[in-house]
Formats: sequence, structure tokens, C-alpha cells
Amino acid sequence: MLIVRNLRAGYGRIEALHGVSLSVRQGEIVAIVGANGAGKSTLLKTIAGLIVPWHGEVLFQDRPLAGRKPPEIVAAGIGLVPEGRWLFPPMSVLDNVRLGAYLRLRRGDKEAVREDLDRVFELFPILAERRKQPAGSLSGGEQQMLAIARALMSRPKLLLLDEPSTGLAPLLVEKIFETLVQLNGEGITFLVVEQNARAALAVATRGYVLETGRMVLQGRAQELLEDQEVKRAYLGKDYREFAEGRAR
Amino acid sequence: MSSRARLYSTGIFALGIVAVGLGVSNPYEQQLLTIIGIHTLLALGLNMLMGYAGQISLGHAAFFGLGAYGTGIFTTHFQWSPWASLPVVLVTSCLVGYAIGRPILRLSGYYLAMGTLGLGIIAHVIFREWDTFTGGASGLVGIPPLVVGRLVLGLGRTGFFAVWATVVLFFVLCGRLVDSRIGRALRALGDSPGAAAASGIHTAHLKAVIFSFSAVMAALAGYLYAHLLGFISPSSFDFLMSIRMVTMVVIGGMASIWGSLLGASVITLLPEWLHVFSDYEMMAYGLILMVVMIFLPQGLTRGVLDAFQRARTLRGAASS
Ligand SMILES: Nc1ncnc2c1ncn2[C@@H]1O[C@H](COP(=O)(O)OP(=O)(O)OP(=O)(O)O)[C@@H](O)[C@H]1O
Ligand SMILES: [Mg+2]
Repeated sequence: MLIVRNLRAGYGRIEALHGVSLSVRQGEIVAIVGANGAGKSTLLKTIAGLIVPWHGEVLFQDRPLAGRKPPEIVAAGIGLVPEGRWLFPPMSVLDNVRLGAYLRLRRGDKEAVREDLDRVFELFPILAERRKQPAGSLSGGEQQMLAIARALMSRPKLLLLDEPSTGLAPLLVEKIFETLVQLNGEGITFLVVEQNARAALAVATRGYVLETGRMVLQGRAQELLEDQEVKRAYLGKDYREFAEGRAR
Repeated sequence: MSSRARLYSTGIFALGIVAVGLGVSNPYEQQLLTIIGIHTLLALGLNMLMGYAGQISLGHAAFFGLGAYGTGIFTTHFQWSPWASLPVVLVTSCLVGYAIGRPILRLSGYYLAMGTLGLGIIAHVIFREWDTFTGGASGLVGIPPLVVGRLVLGLGRTGFFAVWATVVLFFVLCGRLVDSRIGRALRALGDSPGAAAASGIHTAHLKAVIFSFSAVMAALAGYLYAHLLGFISPSSFDFLMSIRMVTMVVIGGMASIWGSLLGASVITLLPEWLHVFSDYEMMAYGLILMVVMIFLPQGLTRGVLDAFQRARTLRGAASS
């Protein structure tokens, strides 16, 4: 469904992605884990067209999308839930959600959009209760739900999520990932970027490890969860256990 | 605002205009009110750009001048009828607005302020120096008035109604725009350009479109100004005018349609009222602006509404 080949991108003259490749198949949940500054957000933003790549290919359903503008990429079926949620704080919850359907409303899909609004509010009842409230007045967890709800309104086939667990209590993290699995069951493919590797890999089918702009590891999520390197670096196993593993 | 509330308020507003138009017969006051109407058009257009889309322009007098000089040149040098020059002026300002807006709005913040400032300066220099057509520093005289049937529109009651009918029209238009999908996109753009882009909004295009829209409104204001006065000179379209426009928006209230009316009224009337301070007029003017901004940073409209709200809650608390 999505193929990224040898992608290079950065800011100004500093390269943040040094030739990244990955693939996502229809129906998968793919996780990318990596430390701060590894380039996870840069990668998602580049796929979403917010950053213009310097080199490399992005193919989505066999369509080349590298260097395309965000509206075209959204229209092609890729949604982004950006890091830090990027909401429109003074605007109401309802208006925030509606903005996700901007392109569809321009095409005049009014009826379908109204149905999707109902569905999204059904998925997140707490948002329905607060539909008139300014988005900025929501709690962190509610804001994350709102960001996901907004992205869903574009009817994405592939949804890119940038650290959905940031700043949320473990219980909420679980809830968000449960929702993700539910939506996956309804046919949406996911590419999730996380520092919380355990939570992400637990629901993912496959995973990648990104380190300073390079993919260093990939495999089935289960394998990665058991990988010693990954355990040491991303799953917060203490060093002694790791050392013992080595000694054996 | 709900569409019904907007309909009512517009109706009351229109009635108020009719009442004032018929009630006021002093020519000086009629003239002043007409100028306020023209300034309201300017402020409203700029508010769409600044208040909603969050993009500043310190050079919008350029488009005010484009409308005024455009129609002035067509009607005096080429003997066009004013009605023939109207569509040409509007279309031209629309295209010029987009063509300038697209590249200049790639800038943001201070850089956008500098860029638009430059635009205003260049336009002013053209108005002043292109003698053959613009009449140079001494201005352009003999611009014919607008004629409707046998009615000649001048600065008195007729001009008043022409200008304020236009204002009402644009109040309705902008009100609908603000409540629409595009209005949401504009506010999104002002709040967070990155998130707007991520939602599929073509930000560069939308910014240029709204810049162009505000340019058309400024040009229309300029068109009316030129035909009602019959005389224009470059000093009406200089840097200070651009600043005045920004001040109207900020004082009245960003992202507020009624705020544009209030801002335009205050900024137009203040100098008249402050004549009593003679030599200290400009100082008093500056002082008032400072005080308003310090105590009502959201502008007069928000400030007054908030005060009203507070008074009501206080009274509610006292009576219970
Ligand atoms: N706007 C920017 N301007 C310049 N450099 C940037 C910018 N954003 C990110 N970088 C740099 O690019 C590199 C990758 O950043 P990125 O935000 O993609 O990391 P990340 O993996 O998402 O990190 P985190 O987990 O902290 O979100 C970092 O070295 C960072 O300093
Ligand atoms: Mg990041």
C-alpha cells in the first residue's frame, strides 16, 4: 500500500533522514520506534507532504506522492495525526472535527460528511458532549481523541499517527490503542510512530527501529518485542538483565 | 452566530442606517458618516485577512489607491463611464491581489509586515510620480460622479446611502463567509498553519485568495471614494493610511465583523473630536490608542461585551 524508498529530507541544510525505506501493506498496523530526535516526526511529515523530500520515493497505492502538496496527499487517502495534536484551540470541538473533512466538503459530500460526523462522535462520546467547547479547553486525552477524530473525517485509507501516547496516563494510552485496533478492524491501515515502544509494538503487526535518521532494524512486532537491543534501548529493561542475557 | 441571529442583527442594522440617513441633514455630518462607511469597508476587508486568516498587511492603502486611481484614470483620461470602470477595477484588483498575495504571503510575521510595507510604499510612489496619468503630487481632479437614473451621487445623503448599502451587502457576505467551510479554514490558517495544511487545506492558495478578497474590498472603497469626492491625491493612499486601516481592525477587534464598524467609526471620529486639544491633538490620539490596547487588548468590541457580561453576572450574584 505504502512504499517509501531511500527517503532523504531535512531542515535547511541539516539532513534528518538519511535514506529511509519502509513499506506498509493494506490492513497492517506498522510501528516505528526510535528515541528523541531519531527523525520519526520528520518521516511522517515528509510522507504527509508537509516537508518536501530531497531525494527518494513515496508510493501510495502505486501512485508517486513524493513532493506532492498536502491537499493532494490527503485526497489520495493518507491522514496525519500530528505530534502535539496541532489542534485549533480557540475553535469549537465540532469545527475542529469538521475541518478534517475540508476537502470532502469542497467536493460537496455533505451527506456523507454528516454521517461520518455522527460516527466519529459515536466513537468518542466524550467529544460529542463537548462539541461546543473550544478545543483548547479539553484535557490531553480528549485532545488526542479530537486529533484522531479530525483525521478520520478525511476518510483516510492510511492513517499516520505521531506519538499518540505522549502525556497520557497508561489507562488512556490503552484506550487510544484499543480504538486504533478497532478502526484497523474496520479497514484503516496504520503507521504509528512511538517512543512508547511497548504499547505500539503490542498492537502492531510489524515494526521498524529508526535511529538518527536510519532504519536499523525491522521485523514482526513480536520479534522486536523480544529483541535484546530493542529491549535495552526502548523497552526500559534495566541494564543488568541485558548484560546477563549477553553473558549467557 | 446563528444565521437567524445574523439576519435579525443585519435587519436592525439596515433600519438603523435608514433612520440615520433620513435623520441627519447637516452636510458635514453626512460627509463624515459617508467616510466612516468607506473606512468600514476598508477595515472589514482587512479584518478578513488579519483577524480571521492571521496575516498582516501594512500596505493595504495600495489597493485603496488602486481602486481610486484606476477609476479616476479611466474616467478622466479615457472618458469611460464610471459604471464601465467598476467591473474593470474590481477584476483588476482581484487579479493583482492574488498575483501579489501568492508570493508575498510565503512570508510570515515580521517579514510579511516588511514585505507588505514595501508594497504600500511602491504603490504610493507610483501614485505620486506617474504624473501623466495620476496627476502627481497635486492629484487627479474632475472625476465624474456616479449617476443612477437622474440621481447624482454626491457626498451628501445620496452618497451616504450608496456607501452604507454597500457596507450592509458586505456585512452579509462576510458573515456568510465566516460561518462557512472557508471561514473555518481561514480561522484554522490563523490558528495553526501547519495543522491547517495537515487537514488538507491548500494554505498558500487560500491565503492569496483572502488577500485578493480584501484587496477587492479596498479597491471598491477607493472607487466609491474617488467618485464621491471627485478628487484624489496621493496623500490619501500613503503609509499612514495603511496604518490607519490596521489600527481600525485592531482597535475594533480582530475577527469581528461588528468590530470593523466600531474601529472605523472610532478612528474616523476621534481626530474630529480631538480638535479641541488643538496642538496636542495627535498626542491625545496616540494616548487613547495606547490606553485602549493596554486595557482592552482584544479590541473595543470584545472589551465592551466582556464588561457587559461581567456587569450581568455581578447583578445576578447581587440579586440572588
Ligand atoms: N523545525 C526544525 N528545524 C530544524 N531541525 C529540526 C526541526 N525539527 C526537527 N529537527 C531536527 O531533525 C531531527 C529529527 O527530528 P524529529 O522531530 O523528526 O525527531 P523525532 O524522532 O520525532 O523526535 P521526538 O521523539 O522527540 O519527537 C532532530 O535532530 C531535530 O533536531
Ligand atoms: Mg517527534
